[in-house]
Amino acid sequence: MNGHRRFSTADSLRRGLARIEAFFRRKPLDRDLEEEVASHIAMATEDNIRSGMTPEEARRKAMVKFGGVEQAKERQRETRGLPWLETVLQDLRYTMRTLGRDRGFATVAILILALGIGANVVVFSVVNTILLRPLPFYDASRLVWIAPANAKGLSGSTYSVDAYEDLRLMNRSYDDVTGYFAFSTEDNYKLTGRGVPLPVTGIMVAENFFHVLGVEPMLGRQFRTEESVKGGPPAVMLSYPFWQRQFGGDRAIVGKPIEMDGKPVTVAGVLPASFDFGAAFSPGAKVDVLTPLIMDDIRFEGNTIAIIGRLKQGVTLEQSRAEAKTLFPQFYWGKRFADSKGQYTAHPVYLKEYVSGKLRRSLIVLWSAVGLILLIVCVNLSNLLLARAAARSKEFALRSALGAGRGRLIRQLLTESLVLAAAGAALGLALAYSLLTYLAHQGSIALPLLNSVRLDGTALGWTLLITVSTAVLFGLVPGIRASRSNVQEALKDGGHGTTEGRQHERMRTALVISEVALACVLLVGAGLLLRSFLKVLDVDLGFQPSTAAAVRVDYDDGGKTEKRTAILQNIAQRVGALPGVEAAGFSDNLPLDRNRSWGSPRIKGKNYKPGELPGSFVYIISPGYLRAMGMRLRGRDFTWQDNDKSEGAIVLNESAAKGLWPGEDAVGKMAVMGKKDVRVIGVIADVRDTNVEGKSGWQMYLPMMQSDWGPDGAVLVVRTKLPPQQLSGSVMRTLRDINPNQPAVEFRPMQRLVDHAVSPRQFFMMLVGVFAALGLLLASLGIYGVISYSVTRRTQEIGVRMALGASPSNVQMGVLSKTLRMAAVGIVVGAVVSLAVANLIASLLFGTTPTDPTTFVAMAILLGAVAGLAGYLPARRASRINPMVALRNE
Amino acid sequence: MGDVKLDLLQGTLDLMVLQTLAAIGEMHGYGIARRIEQVSGDEVLLNQGTIYAALVRLQQRGWIDAEWGASDNNRKAKFYSITKRGRKQLADDTAYWLRLSGVMGRVLAMGDEGKQ
Repeated sequence: MNGHRRFSTADSLRRGLARIEAFFRRKPLDRDLEEEVASHIAMATEDNIRSGMTPEEARRKAMVKFGGVEQAKERQRETRGLPWLETVLQDLRYTMRTLGRDRGFATVAILILALGIGANVVVFSVVNTILLRPLPFYDASRLVWIAPANAKGLSGSTYSVDAYEDLRLMNRSYDDVTGYFAFSTEDNYKLTGRGVPLPVTGIMVAENFFHVLGVEPMLGRQFRTEESVKGGPPAVMLSYPFWQRQFGGDRAIVGKPIEMDGKPVTVAGVLPASFDFGAAFSPGAKVDVLTPLIMDDIRFEGNTIAIIGRLKQGVTLEQSRAEAKTLFPQFYWGKRFADSKGQYTAHPVYLKEYVSGKLRRSLIVLWSAVGLILLIVCVNLSNLLLARAAARSKEFALRSALGAGRGRLIRQLLTESLVLAAAGAALGLALAYSLLTYLAHQGSIALPLLNSVRLDGTALGWTLLITVSTAVLFGLVPGIRASRSNVQEALKDGGHGTTEGRQHERMRTALVISEVALACVLLVGAGLLLRSFLKVLDVDLGFQPSTAAAVRVDYDDGGKTEKRTAILQNIAQRVGALPGVEAAGFSDNLPLDRNRSWGSPRIKGKNYKPGELPGSFVYIISPGYLRAMGMRLRGRDFTWQDNDKSEGAIVLNESAAKGLWPGEDAVGKMAVMGKKDVRVIGVIADVRDTNVEGKSGWQMYLPMMQSDWGPDGAVLVVRTKLPPQQLSGSVMRTLRDINPNQPAVEFRPMQRLVDHAVSPRQFFMMLVGVFAALGLLLASLGIYGVISYSVTRRTQEIGVRMALGASPSNVQMGVLSKTLRMAAVGIVVGAVVSLAVANLIASLLFGTTPTDPTTFVAMAILLGAVAGLAGYLPARRASRINPMVALRNE
Repeated sequence: MGDVKLDLLQGTLDLMVLQTLAAIGEMHGYGIARRIEQVSGDEVLLNQGTIYAALVRLQQRGWIDAEWGASDNNRKAKFYSITKRGRKQLADDTAYWLRLSGVMGRVLAMGDEGKQ
């Protein structure tokens, strides 16, 4: 029939529609058919009688001629309707009845599936948001982050204004290059003119910033050129949440002036909700407004600009890197200084890589961990279904004796697992949705883009995929086994100790062992991460965050050092006198908060080659700060008299002191900062400056009271005897009393800075820990199920043994040792696999080796103990079997 | 029903039904089955019941119509009749079968000539 169209598409289409219609008109059509067949047989019978048969003979002959009446009707129904859909519906109805009868099983199975699928959806959504989905910018795959290779911290990855401007002019790789001022502090502006001044965090961005990223303001316009030059009209771009919060989403605000820092500033526009500066460039920070970066203001402030480029269409990353190799050495730190050329290098990376590349490994580990959970869930459900299948073997035997084909039985069982998986997925999605909503509002977790995590179409697709594959995975094995079972064997009563039963149990044991092994891998992984996290918390930060708090202080010194000193001294003294305050002092900068390095001090009279000394992290502080932070100091602290009238003074950290004067005590030595002589008055223990896990670099502390170093604002740090929150009221009242313009900034416990810095590690550790706990729970459920079932099956055997003199404790030990043997095999297998897996996560560990014996042993003991507990309950039941009752039941 | 032979038989039955209706006009299922048996002698082993699947299929494709009516001895029966589209299909299918059987006949008539 190839090549010959036997009927037209229109005819097939008509038939298709007719079949669908027939599917819904089952009852009347069946009645119709019934009548038609009846009249057929009646007519045939009449004809036969007419040809001389007896009525009985005539009817019998007619029936024989007709063939099987029911088969013929079934054939007609199948031809007429949608038989596959009817089968599916039938299977579904049957499944609902079966599961409804076994509610306990259904509930447990759905809960397990919901946990497994929910966890997977959550992690997938996080992975999707951070790793897979493109950044929320136009054609984000062409955006690159331009910084030196292996830049350490922000300071190492920023450029001077002159270098930035030369790059814009001279490059051939980019459509355009833009940048932002990388060293803005939190709450660096005040929104004034509306009652109590409100702290606002703003980032200064280059005029073309939004243009290069391809972000259009939701309302209003981009910055204008004249707004980005010195003395131009001030303008501000509001972030969507800030606009909602402060201006109630008032559209009329656009184009109007608002008051910031007491001066009118025009609102150029409002950014769309999808644009979140912090989410991409400074995870965990909220950014309220963006302002035009006026290059001339910061031209000689050093390397302050973080640079982003948009690759030209057709230019590869490699080409831009090759260009950078020859281009960047031509740039000047400042064109005023002829010798400041040649310090720069760059190794552009994709912006996406910059934002989330560091997290790739952690996220993949997380993804694998939930994958393992899902695997354990499958094994667990396979196990439950096998147990059920054993109990239902008679039902299946009966159905197959009544003519259900093997395919039909497997399909029935798959329908059951699909229904279970779908219910589990629905519940899991609900769980995932609430968890994701919670995560998206956790501003304190320093993970990029986390605030935009949500359950999207991709995640739903993923859910569907894992749901179906889970159902097939856990439903197929029991299905095939059940359908293969021997009808005769199964229908015969009893069947204790038959091969079938033993095989069944062996299979279930194997499943439980693999479950234990999988759980072991998860536990070891979680254990290693937990130990790393504890090690991180144990790190000597160089300061004591526990009872300290910080608040940004507003002051108006008119640019005069003396006036500033007087104001700050007054504040420090009045706050220091408050009850509960142990020490108070200022710094313009807090550890773990931001990043700024300057040229290091030199030993007086010694010549250094360029680049010989590393840069130093600089803090400009007041007396009392070191004590308020709980830093350990040798030598003396600054006093309010370390001002312009006295000798220059500096405090170094151990690294800088040892670097400059190896083998000598630096205290009392003279150094040169820029052109000013400074005496090292003290040395403090190294402070973790940019992150908790890295090594400290050189650090120096300079007095605010000397006019050579203007501080960049002032943060008041208070050390208390009370919990910091209790002091918040009195400190803020004092500040407001001294300066009515003091904005209502937050009184931040120092611990929060540390928490923020370790939050990504904590986040991963918590999730992997939760998954490991889940794995442990599932594994113990599996053990319990198998042991409990085997005790039930062997009730009579145990009864006989007890009647023959076995003591209850003998029986109990027997069951327990069986459990522990099973667990031991699983643990050994799991430990071996863990050794391999642990090496893969070695780079995520801190101060912990991947083969850390403590972790391995602890996890083995934990798993063994839980397994023992799971086996103990059935063991106790076994020991309480009454031999008389057990034997009478036979 | 994936069996090729069965498929061919099914198509064959459909064609027989169409031809029967075209030849004798309106007829019920029993009559159609009887007619096919009579015409084919005893050469076709037909379970009369199988005709109903063929009838519903042809009806759904719009090649035949069905209507309840009364039989010769006044019994209620469903009467089928061929439609215009059915006649066209019958012509197509007949041409196809004749061509096919012609070709088959020639091929099978080859006999042993090939071996000589």
